[in-house]
Amino acid sequence: MNLIVLFVAIPLGAAFLMPLLGRVARKIPDILANLANFSLLVLALLATKQGLVVYKIGGWEAVGGIPIGIYLVLDGLAVLMLLIVNVIGFLATFYSVAYMERYTDKPRYYTLFLLMIAGMNGVILSGDMFNIFVFMEIAAIASYALVAFGTEAEELEAAFKYQVLGTVASCFILFGIAIAYSLTGTLNMADMSRVIAQQGIGTPVFFVGTLFLVGFGLKAAIMPFHAWLPDAHPSAPAPISAMLSGVLIKAIGVYALCRVLFNVLGLGKVSSFLYILLVLGTLSMIAGSLLALGQRDFKRLLAYSSISQIGYIILAFGLGTPLGFLGGLFHLLNHATFKSLLFLNSGAVVYSTGNRDLKKMGGLSQRMPVTGTTSMIASMSISGIPPLSGFWSKLIIIIAAIQAQQFIFALLAVVVSIITLAYYLKVQKLAFFGKLGEAWQEIKEVPAVMCISMIILAVLCVGLGILLIPGIKAVILDPAVEVLYNGARYAQLILGS
Amino acid sequence: MRGMTLIVKTITRLIVGLIFLYGIYIVFHGHLTPGGGFAGGIIIAGAFILLVLAEGSEELSTEVKKWRASLFESLGIFIFWFLAMLGVFAGTFFFLNLLPKGKPLELLSAGIILPCNIGIGIEVGAALFAIFITLAVLKGKGDKE
Repeated sequence: MNLIVLFVAIPLGAAFLMPLLGRVARKIPDILANLANFSLLVLALLATKQGLVVYKIGGWEAVGGIPIGIYLVLDGLAVLMLLIVNVIGFLATFYSVAYMERYTDKPRYYTLFLLMIAGMNGVILSGDMFNIFVFMEIAAIASYALVAFGTEAEELEAAFKYQVLGTVASCFILFGIAIAYSLTGTLNMADMSRVIAQQGIGTPVFFVGTLFLVGFGLKAAIMPFHAWLPDAHPSAPAPISAMLSGVLIKAIGVYALCRVLFNVLGLGKVSSFLYILLVLGTLSMIAGSLLALGQRDFKRLLAYSSISQIGYIILAFGLGTPLGFLGGLFHLLNHATFKSLLFLNSGAVVYSTGNRDLKKMGGLSQRMPVTGTTSMIASMSISGIPPLSGFWSKLIIIIAAIQAQQFIFALLAVVVSIITLAYYLKVQKLAFFGKLGEAWQEIKEVPAVMCISMIILAVLCVGLGILLIPGIKAVILDPAVEVLYNGARYAQLILGS
Repeated sequence: MRGMTLIVKTITRLIVGLIFLYGIYIVFHGHLTPGGGFAGGIIIAGAFILLVLAEGSEELSTEVKKWRASLFESLGIFIFWFLAMLGVFAGTFFFLNLLPKGKPLELLSAGIILPCNIGIGIEVGAALFAIFITLAVLKGKGDKE
């Protein structure tokens, strides 16, 4: 018997209990949410030892080799994503204990937060196309409400824009699933992959692939589809910004896109399709970083930076080589840690000063040493300064691009890395160094709970490079790369078990 | 929101019980006839909404009703989750149909499907009513300003 269903069941159960128990005592929501997310974190760590698991919900066995029930599938890629979601999820909940005191209605906040986690874990584990859609909608709808959580005019506007574009994306995805279903007659991803491999990749499969590229690309905020992100991510409360930028766009955007394109549709070896990914990735990498350069708003700058870093990941996947997948997945993991940390830092600054405008800050390191130091580590890591984690993933991506003979893309990746360094130095100079402003003489460091979350993430930013040491790489990164590179093997593995 | 005329109020009082009963029927026969938890829950919510529309929201203490509706909503969905988890607690699969299946076409048959339908019925009815009450309260506030 296996317990991978608990990744979905625990957050759902905690979310449904929250409104029932939340009013009994003031501390219960905090305890319940942290307990739920901590157990998820432990489960995610245990899952690294599992190997391939296929879980048949309701005990419905396949009939004559054709699956009829809903499958949950835990493979190397899913383990990596579960680790990312649940580590960041736990730290963000822990941070929320102090941060969300400023807002009303904590039980409702935690309910939405846990639903979002349940949705993301569901997308990651699902082995069924339609369930990917359902779980994606759970996560997305919870995130629409969370973006609007402050209920000020600006937040409502951002949430409305996010919701409209998110729904457009969902329509594209649903349309894609419908066409794929009519092509293959099945919704099980492994079975669909087998049927498509038998029929061969024709024009309809490309059409479905394009629909998914637009749909999941909108969710992942790849360049031409990025317009909602710079509004939505800064408007949410800081722990939610960290979850959205750090995890959500990866789980329901990048991860779902890769899973569907490479494992189900089998487009991982089609060079024309990979080239689209390469170009779109480079486009968002360049445009995101150039737009980030001009920002004055701390959180908005971070949001544009997310677009740019997602570009790196898509670029690496577009190379289609094992080294490219390794770089992309490693950068995805690293970006989750340092971008969450930076958003938590921006939340700490807002918590202490009530201000997001970089031009009005200055010298905050003197009063907020933990925030200052951790943001310095995160900024250096995202800009690719050795020996921090961001350096290794960018190095692998650039080497992979050179190995695949895409020299121009490699050069652009280097240039964008320098631009990234420029705008993060700007953040450091304007916010944390220099003379302490008149208005900020009295401010204090944020509460210890928030500091602990930030410190743990900073330690991860420094130390994640060890994942590349061969013994550890074979446990976490290699199985994930294996899943994406040998896309077509997915069907055999799952239908065979 | 103001109430409606005496004619509407009287007729509403006469039929609202029947609508409510019909909703419960649809929920309980979900595994035998078309319908089920969702459809039945909507009909149950419809009965409540009809009452509020006819009587007007001013005489009702909407805040209390909103709170109770959201309480029942959480309770309903929690029942559903608990039934799904029974399989995990018993050491088998999530959503496994553990209860005895009974004879086909009898009311007490099909294992956990009937209790699941009841959970969904409570959830959908309460959620829809809570949405309606929230909108009614917001409208009331908007009118006063």
